[in-house]
Amino acid sequence: MMEAPPIVSGQPNTVSIPLLVIQELTKTFGGLTAVNAVSFAVEKGSVVGLIGPNGAGKTTVFNLITGNYRPDRGRIEFGGTPLAGLRTHRIIALGIARTFQNIRLFQRLTVLENVLAGCHYRMRGGILAAMLRLPSQRREENDGMGRALKELEFVGLRQQALALAKNLAYGDQRRLEIARALATQPRLLVLDEPAGGMNEQETEALIGLIARIRERGITILLIEHDMRLVMRACEKLVVLENGGKIAEGAPEQVRRDPKVIEAYLGADDEA
Amino acid sequence: MNHGKPFAIVLAAALLATAPLFLNAYQVDVLNSIGLYGLLALGLNLILGEAGLFNMGHAAFYAVGAYTAAMLNTRYQIPILWTLPLSGLAAGLFALAVARPVVHLRGDYLLIVTIGVGEIVRIALVNDIFGMTGGANGIFGISRPQLFGIVIRRPQEFFYLIWGCVALTIVLFLRLKQSRFGRALNYLREDEVAAEGSGINTAYYKLAAFGLGAAWAGMTGALFAAKMTIISPESFNFWESVVLFMIVILGGAGNIAGVLLAAFLVIGLPELFREFASARMLVFGLVMIVMMVFRPQGLLPAGGRRFSLATLARGHG
Ligand SMILES: Nc1ncnc2c1ncn2[C@@H]1O[C@H](COP(=O)(O)OP(=O)(O)OP(=O)(O)O)[C@@H](O)[C@H]1O
Ligand SMILES: [Mg+2]
Repeated sequence: MMEAPPIVSGQPNTVSIPLLVIQELTKTFGGLTAVNAVSFAVEKGSVVGLIGPNGAGKTTVFNLITGNYRPDRGRIEFGGTPLAGLRTHRIIALGIARTFQNIRLFQRLTVLENVLAGCHYRMRGGILAAMLRLPSQRREENDGMGRALKELEFVGLRQQALALAKNLAYGDQRRLEIARALATQPRLLVLDEPAGGMNEQETEALIGLIARIRERGITILLIEHDMRLVMRACEKLVVLENGGKIAEGAPEQVRRDPKVIEAYLGADDEA
Repeated sequence: MNHGKPFAIVLAAALLATAPLFLNAYQVDVLNSIGLYGLLALGLNLILGEAGLFNMGHAAFYAVGAYTAAMLNTRYQIPILWTLPLSGLAAGLFALAVARPVVHLRGDYLLIVTIGVGEIVRIALVNDIFGMTGGANGIFGISRPQLFGIVIRRPQEFFYLIWGCVALTIVLFLRLKQSRFGRALNYLREDEVAAEGSGINTAYYKLAAFGLGAAWAGMTGALFAAKMTIISPESFNFWESVVLFMIVILGGAGNIAGVLLAAFLVIGLPELFREFASARMLVFGLVMIVMMVFRPQGLLPAGGRRFSLATLARGHG
């Protein structure tokens, strides 16, 4: 079920194979340079935080990674494969999964169906197989259902499997998005403000969930404004401001960086 | 759980199956019309109801199917029922060809383009641009269908042919709904960006929805040609597309039972009030307005799929 064995060792800095490499990435919207020559790497098995004030270009970087936008310049490589020109669903199939800053669930479908979306591309059955109810199709449907339920169990939403997505509490909707992303069996999980709108307990549970995702050997890149979460969950931070990278390094080191402190002055004060 | 619903469905099916025994020929013919519209609407429901793609040119695919059947039958003497798969194929391929460049358009733009497609097909038929569709007069002399050695001629006989097709369609489409393919259409409708971002090839499924929905319209066109023995462009005008669009929205986009119920109301009710021919469109319009204001989700809105607990348990193992 899972690919390479997770590299969970006492010294995370000993081995660092980059899974995602971003080089000189640039994206402009009209006259606005949303992302400006940004380079960084995400090491296999690590949790990396992408932070910065509002409008810094973080979500745009995510949209470039998952192929929602085309970069004006620069390269993105995932596991050695250049992502240039690939459509989003192809990139997902390569092993990158994402969640959205403003939750994008299939609102009028059930929680289970939402997660089954993530199972979709690993299934084969087409129109004829469904209409004829071939045994192979039924087996595949059952397997998919089983995997979806396991992911729901993993994020703690098994009991709500048959509820409509729109009827879930806000924090549960965020966890459902994570379950849907996990159902694609990704190597890299990209989370856009997973704690957005969550209360303190929910955030606490989320930190635990991130740790458990990591134990499965899945690399994580996340955008987050909640500094407690970022400091506790990430081993590396990349800081953006006005589209450019202003700092990169271990959380302790980044939070003392004068440039970072200045960028956050007046905005978020926690750093 | 609601036990009333399956009971109501069984009752309706039984009533319908025995209807030709106590209805006159004219009344059965109305039921046949409802059946044909039901088939068309179920096909459109895949495109509009399940996938959320605004198609207001469904009559074009219906026409392609009907003319394919009529030409194959009158020119090459292929038995009309044998033309069914070919008519479906022709309409499906035609839909793929026209949808391919426009299917990425947003809802309202797609609506306008499909209206255009419908009109182009109709005008092409009226002007007989291929020189083999008979222009405004259409094609006549289509032979009667034959099934198991019986020539199907009377409305009562057509009733079982048409409603047999409806029953088969219901079974196939219910299965489709409970599958990977059916779910993919719904993901498209609910949120295209999230669908693509979950690994679904949205461009492919948009085309597939169009192709399959149109193929059904094409096969229905062949049935229509068999029933009428004469077809002309006026049977496939813009109003037909509008009526089909209304049936799907009124019934509750994505709900098979709702769409069939709406076909009964939209096609059947006006027949009941034939004497008030001029007033019935007025009443019809008013009903539509009231519906959309007070029940925009349709008569029987599509809910989430129901999974039985047994299925869940099995899936979990
Ligand atoms: N599709 C778009 N068209 C035009 N401008 C855009 C688009 N997407 C983003 N932008 C602009 O690019 C800049 C960066 O936006 P982005 O959403 O990446 O910021 P962010 O760092 O995610 O901010 P936040 O923390 O508020 O989510 C902003 O000025 C935004 O207005
Ligand atoms: Mg953002």
